[in-house]
This record gives sequence, C-alpha cells and structure tokens, in this order.
Amino acid sequence: MSEKAPGWKELPIGGVIVHAGNSFEYETGDWRAQRPVLDKEKCIDCLQCWVFCPDGSILVEDEKMAGYDYQHCKGCGICAHTCPVDAIEMVSEEKISDVEFDEWGVKQSSSGDGGQD
Amino acid sequence: MTKTLALTGNEAGAYAIKQIDPDVVPAYPITPQTELMQTFSQYVADGAVRTEMILVESEHSAMSAAVGAAAGGCRVMSATSANGLALMWEVVYIAASFRLPIVLAVVNRALSGPINIHCDHSDSMGCRDSGWIQLYGENPQEVYDNMIQALRIGEHRDVLLPVMTAHDGFITSHTVERVDVLEDDRVKKFLGEYKPRHPLLDTAHPVSYGPLDLQDYYFEHKKQQAEAMKNAKRVILEVGREYGELSGRPYGFFDEYQTEDAEFIVIALGSTAGTAKAAVDLMREGGEKVGVIKLRVFRPFPAPELVEALSGAKAVAVLDRSEGFSSIAGPVFQEVRSALYRKSDIPVSAYVYGLGGRDITPEMITGVFGDLKSGRFHEEQGCHLGVRE
Repeated sequence: MSEKAPGWKELPIGGVIVHAGNSFEYETGDWRAQRPVLDKEKCIDCLQCWVFCPDGSILVEDEKMAGYDYQHCKGCGICAHTCPVDAIEMVSEEKISDVEFDEWGVKQSSSGDGGQD
Repeated sequence: MTKTLALTGNEAGAYAIKQIDPDVVPAYPITPQTELMQTFSQYVADGAVRTEMILVESEHSAMSAAVGAAAGGCRVMSATSANGLALMWEVVYIAASFRLPIVLAVVNRALSGPINIHCDHSDSMGCRDSGWIQLYGENPQEVYDNMIQALRIGEHRDVLLPVMTAHDGFITSHTVERVDVLEDDRVKKFLGEYKPRHPLLDTAHPVSYGPLDLQDYYFEHKKQQAEAMKNAKRVILEVGREYGELSGRPYGFFDEYQTEDAEFIVIALGSTAGTAKAAVDLMREGGEKVGVIKLRVFRPFPAPELVEALSGAKAVAVLDRSEGFSSIAGPVFQEVRSALYRKSDIPVSAYVYGLGGRDITPEMITGVFGDLKSGRFHEEQGCHLGVRE
C-alpha cells in the first residue's frame, strides 16, 4: 500500500472513479499464471484477439497484431481460445524463460511449438 | 392549510411518495407492503405523478434498478417487506457503499422460516449493519412524516446514504388512522431540487461506479461511510426541526413519554410504543412513575442522547421485536446496554416479544414495569415475553 495514496478525506466517495481511463495506471499483469505467446508466422492479423480481449491488452500497430501489454494482461487465455489459426500459445510463467520471444511476446523462432490450450 | 385524511400506514406512505413525485420507483409486491405500491401505482396510472415506475421480476432486481437509476442521478424510492428485503440483500449493501440516497419503506414482517406474514422486526434489524439510516414509525402519521424527511436526510451533502423507513406490518400498514398531510407545493419546497453528487447521466463529467476496490482503498471508503453515518445524526435533528416548523410535528432521535420523573422506563420501536403509552397511562392513574422512550432512529444509534434521557431512571426495559440469536437478547437491548456502559449502572432488562405478529397488550407491558419495580431483571439472556412454555 503506497505511502502516497490519498486518505479517506481526499478520496471521492462511493468508490466512484471520477477520472476516466485510470485503469491504465492499475497494473494487473502480476495476476497472470500463464502468458499468451504469439507465433507471428501463423498470425493472419484478423484481430479477433483484439476484439475479444477483456482488458485491452492486445497491442496493434498499423492495423496488425503487434503483441501484448504484459503490464495488464491477466493471462485469461481468451485470445488463444479465439484465435482461428492457433497462433497464440498459453505458456506457464514458470517456463517462460524457455521460450524465445521479444519484449511484446512475439516468438522469435518457430522452434519449441507447444500444444494449444 | 393542512388536510386531514383517513389513511392506512401503507396509504400514507403512498401519499407521501405521490407528493414527493420521485423520478424512478422500481417495485415488486410482497405482503404486507403490496398495498403501498398498489396505491402508488394507481397515482402513476392516473397521471398524478411523473414517476417512471418499473415493475421488475424480483426484489433483487428492484434494488438493482434503484441503484442504477440513483447512480444515473435520479431521486429513487421503493418499498418491500421481509423476504423481499432479504432478496435485495446483496444490493442493499451496494446502495449504501455507492452513497446513493435511495429511500426504501420497509413494512416490517417476520422473515421466513417458518413462513409468516405478520409483524416483527427481523427483516429490518437484519439490515442494521448495512450502512442504511433506519427510521421507525409508530403510526400512519409517522409513516408519512418519516418518508418525506428521509429524502432530505439521505440527500444531504454530508450524508449521502440510503434511508429505510420502517413501519409495522398489518398493525400500522393496514390500520386506518387520521393523517395530517401537507400541501403538495410545501412538500416540494421542503425537499428542494435533488442535485446528485456524481450522476452517470452527466456525460460531460464521466464517472465509473462499482470498480474493484481492494486492500489499498476499500478501508478508506468504509471509513467515509462511517463518518457519513455520524454526520447523519446532526442532519436528522436539523431536518426534524425544520419539518416541525413546517408541519407542527418536530422529530428527533426518540420520543419521550412521561419520562421526566419516571423511575422505570420502557424502550420500544414502532407501534408497540403506542401500546406502552397506554400501559403508562393506566399505571400513572395508580400513581406509578413510569415512562416510555419510543426509539425513532436506530441507525445511527443515538447513544449519548439515550444515556442522558435515562439518567433519572432506576431501571430500564428494552423491548425487542426480533430475536438476534446471539444468546444475549435482542439487537436494541445490546445497543442500549452498550450505550450505558461506564456511563450509568442502572439495570437494563431484556425482553423479546411479538415475534411473527404475536400480540402485545398493555397488560403485558404493565407486567414488564412490575418486573422492573420488583427487581426481576433479565440482564443476560433476556425474557421471551408472551411465549408459551
């Protein structure tokens, strides 16, 4: 609990959030047990993962699937379940060092393909 | 000019809601509340109010719709009883924690089971820790007066809490008595325009209601609720005084009847206070120094004020119309005795009575005074008054 967090006299009442968009400041990535990893060679950029992600954690650049926001992704696996070409694999956080990926979770080689969840 | 009408408690409640003309009333019927909303729905059908009445599929939905409408910025009222209130339960707490000044008439009825439709306070007493203000009315006049004041209390900027106005099922709800009603425009003026704090419909200032509130903020929000409940004490008195100037009927935390020189005092809620007053009248004819305190406000609990009111008494009996199953008597008893702790050493005697609508008579209360006078105190486990052995 942060020392800087406001006290009861300063907080808006009723648990109301009065500043829109502040969920971005609340990082939920450490809730994750499994992380989604993208095989860019299989990905067809249909962006169904972006549509279905409940947390806005799919990063898109130039209308193409670019990877994940791991500061917020909770690892629910909906993207992997939704992907029509099995390009997303859910990998245990314990094993994550075995998989080569870039900072956005895009796999760098086609080796080590695992089964789809 | 005030008008005098012959109304049941439920009709008095419906008449108050008609004059208040709230924006939204979500409701679901349940005995003995049904007549209240049935009467109000006739006002809606007749075009006497502009209220959007939502007939929902359950009480859980009624309170959910109330929360949604109130978060939107509407003035919202509803009514229920017993198991209806129990079905609202989850959302009752949410209404309080969202700080939405919804007013809910609770027509007191015994909670199932075994199933029973008659009066006791097990329904509203179960809500005593929910964060709602609770006002108890003795008769149809007080039903009317409490519902009008409830909005002003709940909507006050220093309070912003929902309010339950309770009256006794069948005893008060279905008994016709004379009720002095105010003119519509004076009620409107007394209430004023409702200016919600964070209305969802104010799209220029978007807000989110109900986000996750974990270890880092939940506690602060509960502290805010607790402080608002303390503020409510001041506001209840202010509103009660102002309502007195308007109507000639001032209201406080409790009513004292013949307590000035009373050696023995009975504390009761709702219609039983009227029965107790009859008992006091009988005993006063015989020269007995006895009195009644009718507790109107149970949440927030007026502890120091009650201590002061009891300061001249030799002993006090608390009549609880619900069994808290704590093994140390009912909820009103526990609050009263806790209020007196280290402030007074008078005996506090506990009675649980009238469960499931079991009748309470002036003679039974005369007997309670007799117990106090002869030193037969029920201080630990309480006495179940009127139960068959």
